[in-house]
Amino acid sequence: MSHPVYSPLREPLVYGNKSLGQVTTDVCGVLERKPSKEWWLGFMAATSILGLGALCVAYQIGTGIGTWGLNRTVGWAFDITNFVFWIGIGHAGTLISAVLFLLRQKWRTSINRSAEAMTLFAVACAGLFPLIHMGRPWLGYWVFPYPNFRGPVWPNFRSPLLWDVFAISTYGTISAVFWYVGLIPDLATIRDRAKTTMRKAIYGFLAMGWNGSAKAWRHYEVTYLILAGLATPLVFSVHSIVSMDFATSVIPGWHTTIFPPYFVAGAIFSGFAMVLTLLLITRKVLHYEDYITVDHIDKMCKVTLVFGSLVGLAYGTEFLIAWYSGSQYEGYTFINRATGPFGWTYWVMVSCNVIAPQFFWFRKFRRHIPLIFVLSLVINVGMWFERFVIILTSLHRDYLPSSWSLYYPTLIEVLTLLGSFGLFFTLFLVFVRVLPPIAFGEVKGVMSYARSQKHSHRHEAAKHVGAGAHH
Amino acid sequence: MSGPERTTRNAKIRPFGESMMSKKFFVGVFTNEHDVLDATTACREAGFAFHDVFLPYAVHGMEDAMGIKRSWLTWVTFLAGAAGTTIALAGQWYVSAYDWPLNIGGKDPFALPAFIPIAFELTVLIGGLSTVAALFAVCKLFPGKDVKPIVDGVTDDKFAIVLERAGNFDEARARSIFQSHNAEQVLELSGEKA
Repeated sequence: MSHPVYSPLREPLVYGNKSLGQVTTDVCGVLERKPSKEWWLGFMAATSILGLGALCVAYQIGTGIGTWGLNRTVGWAFDITNFVFWIGIGHAGTLISAVLFLLRQKWRTSINRSAEAMTLFAVACAGLFPLIHMGRPWLGYWVFPYPNFRGPVWPNFRSPLLWDVFAISTYGTISAVFWYVGLIPDLATIRDRAKTTMRKAIYGFLAMGWNGSAKAWRHYEVTYLILAGLATPLVFSVHSIVSMDFATSVIPGWHTTIFPPYFVAGAIFSGFAMVLTLLLITRKVLHYEDYITVDHIDKMCKVTLVFGSLVGLAYGTEFLIAWYSGSQYEGYTFINRATGPFGWTYWVMVSCNVIAPQFFWFRKFRRHIPLIFVLSLVINVGMWFERFVIILTSLHRDYLPSSWSLYYPTLIEVLTLLGSFGLFFTLFLVFVRVLPPIAFGEVKGVMSYARSQKHSHRHEAAKHVGAGAHH
Repeated sequence: MSGPERTTRNAKIRPFGESMMSKKFFVGVFTNEHDVLDATTACREAGFAFHDVFLPYAVHGMEDAMGIKRSWLTWVTFLAGAAGTTIALAGQWYVSAYDWPLNIGGKDPFALPAFIPIAFELTVLIGGLSTVAALFAVCKLFPGKDVKPIVDGVTDDKFAIVLERAGNFDEARARSIFQSHNAEQVLELSGEKA
């Protein structure tokens, strides 16, 4: 029969040689206890910032978006930067949940649930900014094509801004569905171990009657695979389309074919930095060090390094093409980008995004938790600046020197950005309290990885028993 | 499962048909995926009819072990996805080229390359949502559905093979297969069909 064989070659994905029941208890136990003091502190800080942001949003919608620092030359700046930033953050979640699933990267199981949650919350934050930018957000549904009494007036399907509406809506919907389908078996586990009637009722409602039937698992597994297969091209399409909001215009600095892959790489890069920020805190505060192990952190640092390097390559390529194209406007935009009035933002971007991840070439630094935490914050800052640089420095000096202008954000704009962080962290903190932040059902499926080899005796044993059967 | 009535492992088997509505099951409970896979394969090869196998997580190879076919839900995705592409392209043609054509930058009213992104998004959206809807329908999952696990712990750390006791069920054979694969418990259950 099968006996666990300990592999000397591979590290187990989960530390501590845990039993299946222990995995359930370790993950669900956190949800069943009262929240810790750290959680309350974090929650109060996040909701305070969210409240401040909400006040600012109310003010700017009540007064009008003239409260922003925009002018006739710089018509897009802070708001769109925040939108692109948050959408980018979301991409790492989908990369971990869908792309790593298709690539059979079993280490994803400890981190995919919280990364997907991060995606949803980041998309929620992102979606707010175009809505605020409309000035009359209650008419936001006008972006969708539906028969109406205004003509009918249809949206312009040849505009990337409308593609974006569809891309972001689809992305948000499919991510939510993918996440929920993944949650169902875990919700059933929580239902079956619930001690109070209230808990049993709530999780029972959400678990949709899942009972672990293998006949259901066979459909479930295929559905999960299909959703991963759909989400993978979807995530690449979303940031490609976001980049086309810029690339299909005629503004020097925007009108480049490198934008789609460049934006996708940047999105995954920034998203991984945010996953690292969140998970380093989560594993510490909720004591998940045996599940989200140093090896997981190490692997995420490697992914961060790869995408950071791609982003660095894109920065270089942009400069090369600006020169090689022979377009004086394109050339000037890039010289201005690095040396003009907003040159400092460019160098913040380069130091944070190109220099900071280079630490991750070394195993020692990939396992140095405090350093990784600091670097992840640095990259988050850098990637926000990347979008700011692309948007602002391309707009503020384009073809006509007589219309050149500067731009400075108002306090309202800065506080609105801050408020979106408040929303993001509030949602994440509520999530880690009410839903299992680790997909423990999936973790159980990879527990035997590196702990017992495949059972070479299995088939022989089965045949042996089968051969002696009476029919 | 609406409340299976549990009997002890040594309880006498009531003759089939005592309760017309209830089926009888013979259950082996296991504690790891390897034993349950081996035992399932052995049961299938011995010709037993499965009511179901209950697992706390997806065990790879279980379909082959039980001898059930791969899910057909991929066809739902394909057809719904194709419908999504069609709806998106037809809708964009209707709006941009038929109902209210506008000259925008001299572009063709039916600007196919510009319509591809939304065609792709709707393919994914309708394909994905339909697949999940089909999953819920075919597995009869809906919010608030009330179930009780057939054996405690099948959503935690237990694996249960549930055989149907019908016809000339060879109990001794089933018991020996379960026990030779380290079954933690062997149970007889009766209850409504899950």
